[in-house]
Amino acid sequence: MSGQIWDVAIIGGGPAGLGAAAELRRLGVARVVVLERFETAGGIPRHCGHPPFGLREFRRVLTGPAYAARLVEAAEAAGAEIRTRTSVTAIRPGGILELATTDGPQELRARRILLATGNRETTRAQSLVPGMRPVGVMNTAALQSFLYEEGRAPFARPVVIGSELVALSALLSCRRHGIRPAAMVETRPRVQTRRAFGLLPRLFGVPLHCGAEILGIEGRGRVSGVRLRLADGTEHRIGCDGVIFSGRFTPEAALARASGLALDAGTQGPRIDAEGRSSDPLVFVAGNVLHPVETAGYCWDEGRRMARRIAADLAGSLAAEAPRPALAPGPGLRYVVPQALVPGRAVTLNLRAEGRVRGRLVLAGPEGREYAAASVNAAPETPLRLDVPALADLPAELHLRLDREG
Amino acid sequence: MVGAGTDADVAIIGAGVVGCAMARRFALEGARVAVIEAAPDILSGASKANSAILHTGFDAPPGSLELACMQDGYREYMEIRGAMNLPVLETGAMVAAWTAEEEARLPALLAQAHGNGVGDARIVTGAEALEREPQIAPSVRAALLVPREHLVDPWSAPLAYATQAKMLGARFLFNAPLSAARREGGIWHLQAGDTALTAASVVNCAGNQGDRIEALLLGRSRFEIRPRKGQFVVFDKASAALLRTILLPVPTERTKGVVLTRTIFGNLLVGPTAEEQEDRERPEVTRPELETLIAHAGRLVPGLAEMPVTAVYAGLRPASDRKEYRVHAEPEQGYFCAGGIRSTGLTAALGIARHVFGLWQGAGHAAAPPADPPVPVMPNLAEHLPRDWQAPGHDGIVCHCEMVTAREIRAALDSPLPPGDFGGLRRRTRCAMGRCQGFNCLARLSSMADDRLSRPIAAEAGA
Repeated sequence: MSGQIWDVAIIGGGPAGLGAAAELRRLGVARVVVLERFETAGGIPRHCGHPPFGLREFRRVLTGPAYAARLVEAAEAAGAEIRTRTSVTAIRPGGILELATTDGPQELRARRILLATGNRETTRAQSLVPGMRPVGVMNTAALQSFLYEEGRAPFARPVVIGSELVALSALLSCRRHGIRPAAMVETRPRVQTRRAFGLLPRLFGVPLHCGAEILGIEGRGRVSGVRLRLADGTEHRIGCDGVIFSGRFTPEAALARASGLALDAGTQGPRIDAEGRSSDPLVFVAGNVLHPVETAGYCWDEGRRMARRIAADLAGSLAAEAPRPALAPGPGLRYVVPQALVPGRAVTLNLRAEGRVRGRLVLAGPEGREYAAASVNAAPETPLRLDVPALADLPAELHLRLDREG
Repeated sequence: MVGAGTDADVAIIGAGVVGCAMARRFALEGARVAVIEAAPDILSGASKANSAILHTGFDAPPGSLELACMQDGYREYMEIRGAMNLPVLETGAMVAAWTAEEEARLPALLAQAHGNGVGDARIVTGAEALEREPQIAPSVRAALLVPREHLVDPWSAPLAYATQAKMLGARFLFNAPLSAARREGGIWHLQAGDTALTAASVVNCAGNQGDRIEALLLGRSRFEIRPRKGQFVVFDKASAALLRTILLPVPTERTKGVVLTRTIFGNLLVGPTAEEQEDRERPEVTRPELETLIAHAGRLVPGLAEMPVTAVYAGLRPASDRKEYRVHAEPEQGYFCAGGIRSTGLTAALGIARHVFGLWQGAGHAAAPPADPPVPVMPNLAEHLPRDWQAPGHDGIVCHCEMVTAREIRAALDSPLPPGDFGGLRRRTRCAMGRCQGFNCLARLSSMADDRLSRPIAAEAGA
């Protein structure tokens, strides 16, 4: 172990971590290291071979890999060190990280830590999807890694499960590589993206089944089909040689969980206060490990915002960590990030509701006093925002409420 | 000399845990062995899905062959595991009683354990059980503690047996289902996939196909396989901290019941269900049963309610029309059978192999054991022992959930018995077995392994 103490160690070299690294350096924080477990930093965009990436960050339209490379360049140019093939196996109190490197286990010390481990799609196993367990079942990310990183196709005629944006990304990726999806299946009653995107499967000639139940995956060895019960109650079998489980993102929170950081039941990711601090005040958190799932650009920006909070903390200008009133999301709301406010800190809450939303979002204290409110009208799986002004005095309890219309 | 003019002294049909142990025993004794397997790899049937417990036999039928083989197998495993680098996680087990009726059955279970030679089994109070396992539901009334029930690596062990057999010259035929057999002049003529071979004797270790193989060889079968499906749920590694001891239910007549246990790989496992089914080749997972298992686990260990699921799987146990093992021989036919080996097979396999070898010897066969047989040293996959990623020079971690290195993947592909399919690679290395189920590593694994697998991960182009 080297005796060096880093100012900030960033766990995860995706858009959030790399955005934070560049910003920390820009703010004059001297020693910043990004710890990336893969051979190349850049995160999930590395294997999204299609545009659009980079509009917010670089004011141009880039493919995922080009965008990822730009983020790495920017962080390195700013003077951050990026260590690839370096996994963090534990976060210990006091800013100590246990690492797995190609030279074996090591330790690293930092004055502050930024956890930016991202998220992943829910697996077939986690969704308890019934049937056989043949080869050929994978998430979109694995498919894209096959296509864009390894240069090969894992199957020729898959069924795509899900209809979030990432499912459309799967469709696009298939189309570019001569893979012909046999169908797109959404178990929820309707497509989980805006209607314009929902037309894409039809445009590509891919049958779309909404409100379908997956009765079983078939195949010994390799996938041979998927059995469905369609919305009208009839049973339907689709022959295929692969199944793509897309979306239903879940935070990559294993390290946070193993290290004993407090997790949120709504997001399954670490809980943070309005300054971005986890239950360990030396550990800040940014990016999709906080909230499934935002765009790369959002995560990059969030990383930069957390970088400013960390820089302020290192300079001693952040309010001391203290018990905060927790924000409780009410009925119909799945989660809110951050999970606690801090006196005097204005913050934009990031929320998500169940299904399609039309109505009014309210942050209310005791006796019905409204601290913030906004009208919302959003498709399912769309993030909601609520701006909360800086409040000097916070009540002990704050509730988030969704008043639905129609 | 036995079997002169044949390809093998003994053809072992089926490369599950029993077939692998059988191959090792016969090879160690000097017999020329051929192993015939229908699937692309060993452990592709019943043996790929079990609860990975090394059983003492405390609850086995007294005086049974099953008990004798389990205790023989336990002893031999403990003898050979050091040289082969096979792990044991010493956990002990508790048969936990949650109702007055269950509690009332503990003394009889204790007497059975003592009668079976498991003298260190004892009944503990609910308070003692809770002291040992503070995370289990406080409604536990009492438990039978069996200190020497332990956990093993259910795949590295049989792989070690098969590897040793291979090092001793055993021939393994994969993708080679037995399709025809006739006995002529005291010699079996077998058609296994594309390969025709002759053998003096056959040993039927065909698991869920055992009765059909017997019928194919002898024209009739003395037993009938009635597959029993067992589904399992694996919880995230974080949940392993919630339980140390294997938690067994008070058994019923039909099944040992649902077990809650850590795995040697650092997860927590609940299962199996016990579902009779006709089909022998479709171990399907089903949502209601998986949900029932998850709810059950959450009742026994309330902290599990917040734990994510890592994996689900199902296997078919080769139960038969009777409870006992179906081990028999027709020496004049050169036929030996280890059939109906159910959930205790992992523990008993080494003992069953010794027993069947004894039957073969008793039928007048003989072989000359080689001096100083080679011993394979297996890569360690157990979480509580040093893993490859902790040693420098591993060339990077490929599967981050299970911390599998590039060096481990290559070693498995270059091993004496390399994997035949992705399942085989997973069982040899743990790759893609973790919480992301290949989200991050599947494509890389496909590039590393596909040209070495008889059944690759990526579908062949244009297929």
